[in-house]
Parts: sequence; structure tokens; C-alpha cells
Amino acid sequence: MASGGRPERQAPPEIFYNEDEARKYSTNTRIIEIQSQLSERAIELLRLPDDTSCFILDIGCGSGLSGECLTDLGHYWVGLDISSAMLDVAVERETEGDLILGDMGYGMPFKPGTFDGVISISALQWLCNADKKYHHPPKRLLKFFTTLYASMARGARAVFQLYPENSSQLELITQQAMRSGFTGGLVVDYPNSTKAKKMFLCLFAGGQPQQLPKGLGTEESQTNKSQITFSDKRERMKNVRGKSLKKSRDWILEKKERRRRQGKEVRPDTKYTGRKRKAYF
Amino acid sequence: MKLLTHNMLTSNIIKGVTKGFPLGIQVSKLEEKSVDFNPDFVARMIPKIDWSALKQAASDVGKGDEIPADIVPQYEQNEDFLKKAHHVLMEIEVIEGELVCPESGRKFPVSNGIPNMLLNEDEV
Ligand SMILES: C[S@@+](CC[C@H](N)C(=O)[O-])C[C@H]1O[C@@H](n2cnc3c(N)ncnc32)[C@H](O)[C@@H]1O
Repeated sequence: MASGGRPERQAPPEIFYNEDEARKYSTNTRIIEIQSQLSERAIELLRLPDDTSCFILDIGCGSGLSGECLTDLGHYWVGLDISSAMLDVAVERETEGDLILGDMGYGMPFKPGTFDGVISISALQWLCNADKKYHHPPKRLLKFFTTLYASMARGARAVFQLYPENSSQLELITQQAMRSGFTGGLVVDYPNSTKAKKMFLCLFAGGQPQQLPKGLGTEESQTNKSQITFSDKRERMKNVRGKSLKKSRDWILEKKERRRRQGKEVRPDTKYTGRKRKAYF
Repeated sequence: MKLLTHNMLTSNIIKGVTKGFPLGIQVSKLEEKSVDFNPDFVARMIPKIDWSALKQAASDVGKGDEIPADIVPQYEQNEDFLKKAHHVLMEIEVIEGELVCPESGRKFPVSNGIPNMLLNEDEV
């Protein structure tokens, strides 16, 4: 991607993620699919205990797509974002998580030891920009990471999917994270593919020493088999938690049932519920 | 904003504020939403809850008598207690109002259920 095309170069996040941009997170299927895939992988990298509902923080939670993935796995979450337009979409979507308008560069406004895990999808690289005269990216990153560390339960993980602009940004980010006490490092999925390559910064907040997970599509994770293990895992999860595969008819029916129980208005179930639409208009 | 979130929220990101907890609540619109009862989750959260802050928050929004003054012993097996905790933590939501920093008096508006924790230049 040419650097001129990077959103971070165009405007501060609270301006870039205006109503028009936010709208795409509820209408553009490609954006929705990518966000959900990245979120599912980030949650997988969190390695939360099986069969336990956890309390998770989603940083740059935006429209709540990532949060919905957490809800589908039975977790509870709080999301923080700087764009009120994005948060409004999350409210519209009736996400289960609680939302906070905030700037991660000001620090995380939470009590010590609060979260069992933290995810963040495509947001962290925004902190490398100085969008205001008084912004100093290294300081904002340090403030962010130190306060984040404190807000996490000992031994908890934070997984950030990110798009650093260059290697020095990545270095600055990791350096400030380590200075704040985190251990861990970078997991790169499909490092040899320009299109599929994805970066996840996996940070551990103290506790027992933990091993960094392997990236998908790397030699160590057995080339090409990794994609399969991932979907295998979803099948397994489905059985373990008695939950259905996302977007399947069963999944939709369960979600509708859940909403009905919450007293929300839900369309009646019919034989068309969850059916694939034909491609003609 | 659920009272669960309120119980985790601080204003100590403001320069000069050390604890910033618990935030006062001034509410102008409150809603109750039903959420599936998950006893395991509630029981797991109890040790993380500052109970007196929760009790205070519940009174701030006019629901003080819906939870006991203290955590009961062996709460893990006490469904009645867990249900009350669940209700107050997960089902009561502040939709419009203000949160107040206990040290500086700084107010954070809550609108559409979302607390605004953004700071001004001189507060960071
Ligand atoms: C690619 S979007 C993520 C969308 C989100 N995962 C979702 O499900 O809709 C990145 C988000 O990061 C947020 N962001 C960027 N800089 C931020 C900051 N300094 N503090 C908080 N959020 C920020 C943006 O407002 C945007 O909503």
C-alpha cells in the first residue's frame, strides 16, 4: 500500500472514522468479513481458558464487530474508542459490550487487575501519529502500555492486530510495550504472502513465563495445514461450548432466541431464516 | 454504561489524580435491560468488584436496596445473592448523566449510554 493511501496519513482517527466511514462497518460485507476474521484469530491467540466466560477489553472497539466475536464465544467485554461515529454504529448494532469514548493515548481509565484479556484490531498503529501539537507518540505509547499493564490481571494476554507503516514504527511500539513490563512479541501469519500476511503483537502481563504462539503459514506451523487446524478448532469449539458455527442457521436461531429473551424485537423464524441469498437481484 | 463497568472505571488518567475511584454518578436517564444470568461469570467477577463502591453506585441511581451491604460468605453457592449481583452489575444501565471524579470534581458526561472519558490538553 502506498503511504498516501494509509488512513493514518489522512486525518486523525476521530475525523477519519466519521459517519460515512463508520457506516461501512455495518454495510460493507468485505470490511465486516475481514474485521471478523482478524478478531477471531486475535481471540484464538489470547488462549483464554476453555469453557470460562472472561472479562475482556477491546481497544479501538469501533462498531463492535470484534466485540460480537467475543460475545459469540461467551465472553463479556468493554470497548473503548475515540470515534463517537463508530461507537454509535455499535449502539445501533445492539452489541452486548459496554462502550467508552476515550483516547488510548491518554491511558486506560481502569482499576488494577480488571481484565482477563485484551484485544485490539487495526487500531494500535494510530498511536504512532502526532495528530495534535502536544502529541508525542513515544510518550503516548508509554502511557498507554503502562496503564494497560496495570489494568490487566497478572498473566493475562493482550493481542493487537496492527498495520505498522514501517519497521521503525513497529520497533517503537514493541520497545514501549517492553518498557512497561510486558513480555511477548510479534506473531506473523502467512509471512510470505503480501496479501494474507497479518501481524499480531502478543503481550503477556507478568505471571508465569509463556511461550509465544506460532504464526500460521510458517514452516514451524506446517505449511498450509494451519488454515485447516484453525477451522478444525472452530468445529471443536462448537462442540465444547454447544454453540453453533457463526452465521449458520442454528447460530442465527440461537442469537434470535437470546434477543427474544432479552425482550428485544426480533423477526419470526421462517424456513428462509439463515438461507443463502441467490446472487441475482 | 453498566454498573459493572462503572465499578472498573477510574479517572486517574487525569494529571494529578491518584486514585480517581469510585466515580460519583449523577443520572438523568436509567434503563433496565435483561441479560442472561450466568452464575459462573458473576461469581468469578465478585472478587474483582469493590463492593462498597457498587453499593454506593446502586444508591446513586436509586437502586441501593437491591443489593446487600456486604458480600455474603460462600457466595458461589448462593443463587439468590448471585442473582441480585447479576441484576445490579449487568442489567442496570446509565443512559444519560454524568460521572464525577472524586478528587478533582471533573465531570465526564454520559450520553447514549457511553461515558466520555476524553481529556483536555491541560489534563494529560
Ligand atoms: C479498523 S477500526 C476497528 C474496528 C473495530 N474492530 C470494529 O469491530 O468495528 C480501528 C478503530 O481504532 C480506533 N482508534 C484509532 N485511534 C484511537 C485512539 N487513539 N484511541 C482509541 N481508539 C482509536 C478508531 O476510531 C477505529 O474505530
